Amino acid sequence: MKMKKAVSAILVAAMAVTLMAGCGSKADSGSDKAADSGSESGSVFKIGAIGPVTGGAAVYGEAVKNGAELAVKEINDAGGIGGVQVELKYEDDEHDPEKAVNAYNTLKDWGMHALLGTVTSAPCVAVGEVAQTDNTFMLTPSGTAVECVQYDNAFRVCFSDPMQGLESAKYIGEKGLAKKVAAIYDSSDVYSTGIYEAFVKEAENQDFEIVAAEAFTAEAKTDFSVQLQKAKDAGAELVFLPFYYTEASLVLKQAAGMNFSPIFFGCDGMDGILAVEGFDVNLANNLMFMSPFTPTSEDETIQKFVKDYDEAYGQTPNQFAADAYDGIYAIKAAMETGEVTADMSPSDVCDAMKEAMVEISIDGVTAKGLTWEASGEPSKEPMVVKIEDGDYAVVE
Amino acid sequence: MSFISYLINGISLGSVYAIIALGYTMVYGIAKMLNFAHGDVIMIGAYVVMTAIAGAGLSPLLAVLLAIIFCTILGVVIESVAYRPLLNAASSLAVLITAIGVSYLLQNLALLIFGANTKSFSSVVPAPALVLAGGNLTISGETMVTIASCIVIMVGLTLFIKKSKAGQAMLAVSEDKGAAQLMGVNVNGTIALTFAIGSALAAVAGVLLCSAYPSLTPYTGAMPGIKAFVAAVFGGIGSIPGALIGGILLGVIEIFGKAYISSQMADAIVFGVLIIVLIVKPTGILGKNIQEKV
Repeated sequence: MKMKKAVSAILVAAMAVTLMAGCGSKADSGSDKAADSGSESGSVFKIGAIGPVTGGAAVYGEAVKNGAELAVKEINDAGGIGGVQVELKYEDDEHDPEKAVNAYNTLKDWGMHALLGTVTSAPCVAVGEVAQTDNTFMLTPSGTAVECVQYDNAFRVCFSDPMQGLESAKYIGEKGLAKKVAAIYDSSDVYSTGIYEAFVKEAENQDFEIVAAEAFTAEAKTDFSVQLQKAKDAGAELVFLPFYYTEASLVLKQAAGMNFSPIFFGCDGMDGILAVEGFDVNLANNLMFMSPFTPTSEDETIQKFVKDYDEAYGQTPNQFAADAYDGIYAIKAAMETGEVTADMSPSDVCDAMKEAMVEISIDGVTAKGLTWEASGEPSKEPMVVKIEDGDYAVVE
Repeated sequence: MSFISYLINGISLGSVYAIIALGYTMVYGIAKMLNFAHGDVIMIGAYVVMTAIAGAGLSPLLAVLLAIIFCTILGVVIESVAYRPLLNAASSLAVLITAIGVSYLLQNLALLIFGANTKSFSSVVPAPALVLAGGNLTISGETMVTIASCIVIMVGLTLFIKKSKAGQAMLAVSEDKGAAQLMGVNVNGTIALTFAIGSALAAVAGVLLCSAYPSLTPYTGAMPGIKAFVAAVFGGIGSIPGALIGGILLGVIEIFGKAYISSQMADAIVFGVLIIVLIVKPTGILGKNIQEKV
């Protein structure tokens, strides 16, 4: 609950900024230029996008909007998709399933060829139902719930919750990080439980043993001494922490207090731990976590993306912006591979694109050699980040 | 060895509950009201310490003193502005609802001033950890200081009530407000003093809580506040030794429940035990059998 409140307050602040930013950025965005050049003639590709840019989850939707606009601008500057310019129209859903469906209908009337969205899970599931009936291609940058891609017209850029658990277990097993692993998870949280369950399932196939599995709930998330003591007694060499950084910072502190120093391994919710005000970053030394995107990476594509994003929007992109950026390039690749033309109907576009999706491969900012399976799940190497001397370092 | 470690952790957690529970129990015993804003005074105390150390660069000891003074004043102000006008209201619900309102007010004020981001609270306890049994048992400095503070506060408070005039006045007011007033006891002053002491203890509890569990948000005080209220009821609300026993038992049961039964069920176990205790002894472990005044 604390997390939710914390997030919502940040979002309110972000929303205020968004409102102001919205006024200035219209004139120079690539999508609008394309809009002027001829949206009625069928000579542009129309990509719709849906996500919250107001309300409680605005920070996610705003990042996706920025990331997508940046990608569209780059594509148009480089000559568009197969010589055809791309137009992006972004609709707000306020993280509300009903409004998301309305936004979808607006975009459909506008003549959208493909949808990037939606940003958040619950609206994504709702839009997925309608899009499946219409046979509209959709690619969600960041909907992690399993149901987001339950139909064959839907794909996603991010890992699903279970995928994170599975990839974590695989990574730990394949890299031989530990033989004895303990897991602590938040049993009152869908995200944490989803990852944990998949982790345990995959662990059976891996060469390590789960020696302790301890839970906590939202009502008792300050004291982790018992969970850690059990992990310590069981001889765990690695402790898996699939939850948010707020609680993780307490776990690290309490583990240090009892002279327990295994490898700590988290998921994308761990991202942000170094930004906790007053947190002793030394505690996080050697902490590892799976992250879809690391802005400090030395990779050229990422460096360019971070620099361009910062120039355009004055901030460092987060994982949502990165997912959206890759999402637009995936749509481009699928349109090119599927030989889609701007005068095809959305349903024909969808048929061509969903076949093309499993053939394409993208070197994006969230992964190298990013490919998709017909199920809609991305297939990518998880990036694991290790914290060294208070900074991120990508490990292979 | 882990048994001893669990036991010590339980006592440490319980000591924090006990110090918070004192605030509930004293106010209830004397003003016959539940001060649900008590948990949030803890949070304010912790923020004051953090701001004083990080912002103003005060020494930890001075910062704690400042927090105690700040919370004492805060407690007295809350009592005189929000509660006193309602203490004689027809319904005791009025003051209860006001207390919930004050609780939200404090949370939102903190949200406004300090923001919603979690802040990591750097421990103000200078004591190093004690490593025993060849490294198998580590007792952190915070744990030792928490338990020691709890004992000192309990002894001090008991002496204060037994020996001092103001303490005797508190006892008198708790037994019969009307009669105490007739005997020349300043009832309003005594209630204000109770709030002052309760809030000062809340500041201490805030510092100890956040030193042991160093994460501070505007909602930090809410859950420990509720647990401590349970501890107060458990031990017999209105009774000072009861708060100590209730708090420590609650902490130990919580940790043992987590360790030996199920880490998910810890809270269910705690509240289950509470229900059993209340069925067997409705006034709590050390509760007095007060006559019903209908």
